Amino acid sequence: MSHDWQPLLLTFRLAAITTLILFVIGIPLAYWIAHTRTRIKPVIETLVSMPLVLPPSVLGFYLLLAFSPQNAFGQWLEQWFNIRLVFSFAGLVVGSVIFSLPFMVHPIQSGFQNLPASLVEASRTLGKSDTATLFRVLLPNIKPALLSGAVLSFAHTVGEFGVILMIGGNIPGVTKVASIAIYDEVESLNYAGANFYALVLFAVTFAILLTVYVMNKKLLKAG
Amino acid sequence: MIEFSLGMQLGSASGPLQLDVEARIESKSFVTLFGPSGAGKTTILRMLAGLIQPQRGRIVVDENTWFDAERRINLPPQQRAIGFVFQDYALFPNLTVRENIAYAVPREDRRWVDELLELTGLHMLHARMPSTLSGGQKQRVALARAIARKPALLLLDEALSALDLSLRSQLQDELAALHRRFGLTTIMVSHELGEVFKLSEKVLRLEGGRIVESGSPREVFLQKRLSGRLNLHAQVLDIRQEDVVYIVTLLIGQEVIDVVASEDEVTHLRMGDNVSVAARAISPYLSKTSASMRH
Repeated sequence: MSHDWQPLLLTFRLAAITTLILFVIGIPLAYWIAHTRTRIKPVIETLVSMPLVLPPSVLGFYLLLAFSPQNAFGQWLEQWFNIRLVFSFAGLVVGSVIFSLPFMVHPIQSGFQNLPASLVEASRTLGKSDTATLFRVLLPNIKPALLSGAVLSFAHTVGEFGVILMIGGNIPGVTKVASIAIYDEVESLNYAGANFYALVLFAVTFAILLTVYVMNKKLLKAG
Repeated sequence: MIEFSLGMQLGSASGPLQLDVEARIESKSFVTLFGPSGAGKTTILRMLAGLIQPQRGRIVVDENTWFDAERRINLPPQQRAIGFVFQDYALFPNLTVRENIAYAVPREDRRWVDELLELTGLHMLHARMPSTLSGGQKQRVALARAIARKPALLLLDEALSALDLSLRSQLQDELAALHRRFGLTTIMVSHELGEVFKLSEKVLRLEGGRIVESGSPREVFLQKRLSGRLNLHAQVLDIRQEDVVYIVTLLIGQEVIDVVASEDEVTHLRMGDNVSVAARAISPYLSKTSASMRH
């Protein structure tokens, strides 16, 4: 029996793109949250953490409304950028980025907060700009946190179901990721098909997490 | 010449503190900020470095204005020619000893870095990571890194306080040698009297955010005249009666001694009180217990 690999490939493509985008957004955001003294900091922290507690269907529902071409935001996106986010791969990426945000931001934020403040001060007294300090001192010293952030975001996106079902639907090759495919196969009583996807996801996520824990142990030893 | 006047309302652990200090420091001199904790010593150092912004005042170093509250000038630390040695050393854990020092050197000036490694006795350790170094070695790296930028002003925040006595004494000698060699204007925070005497030409004694005394260590700390009179500060550890006299146990420096006292003297004393111990007409005998490392 031949298997359809497409949903799996789609899943890992989605997870990889999401993680990459989150890496770019997550580092400055975590840095800002860790160092800001603004009064609205608790509000920002709450918003970042909301996806941890909110049912994915809630988030998916509102994203669906927002992205819909019948609404102002969706219409604007379509008119100006010619992008439609409902039932499209781009929409899945946006949804996953929002949904996995805390998994990237939290480890990096605590990584920054655990570094002694004197490291930044020392770098500044040595004449280095804040950007140079970030890349030469701060980021190299929170490698385990960066690794955890990236891997947790990746794994969490692989495991995403609710948001994707709401805004992506089940379009083969476009939005039908592995978790949806499992649901689909079970619905049509094809347990062997479901088992194939489930087993691959299980094995891959196990391997990824195991790698992280082994590497983190090494990084900590080296540090 | 370094001139500063600094003013700021601080919230310290023991309530609000009004910091108000003014001083002029000769170029190439070694100055100590001395005083109890919470007197504002570290705050002054951090203000000079640009890590804290004072509310009032100005800082002028060799005719360059680093800070002026009225003219709204406030150079960031990057633009002030300073070297700062932090109490916790603040070495970058991801960089080797050599990289830590080279970090501060504008372009990879290998020879200057080599010279610093040589001077501070770190050349054998140049490839080591900071986490594998002892306290004294870390201290040397921090010092070498702080002077790598050839600063106009070297600031030391209780840099030696975490080290044990003999190591501290050795590093004091090295610090004095570096100071002489590079003629660096140095301001050090310390509350160790021996260190102050050994290193500094001028002492600013701080109390409650103000400079209460300034001058050479001798002027500030030595009792005014040679009088054969000994006056020590001590803490009462214990008071007990024996026959007709009282025995008071005192802590003087790190020494514990018993002294005999009359009833009049002990009536107002409680354990933990600070007292002054005076002895008249003494002719002390000094004997050497260990040699200093200085040659």
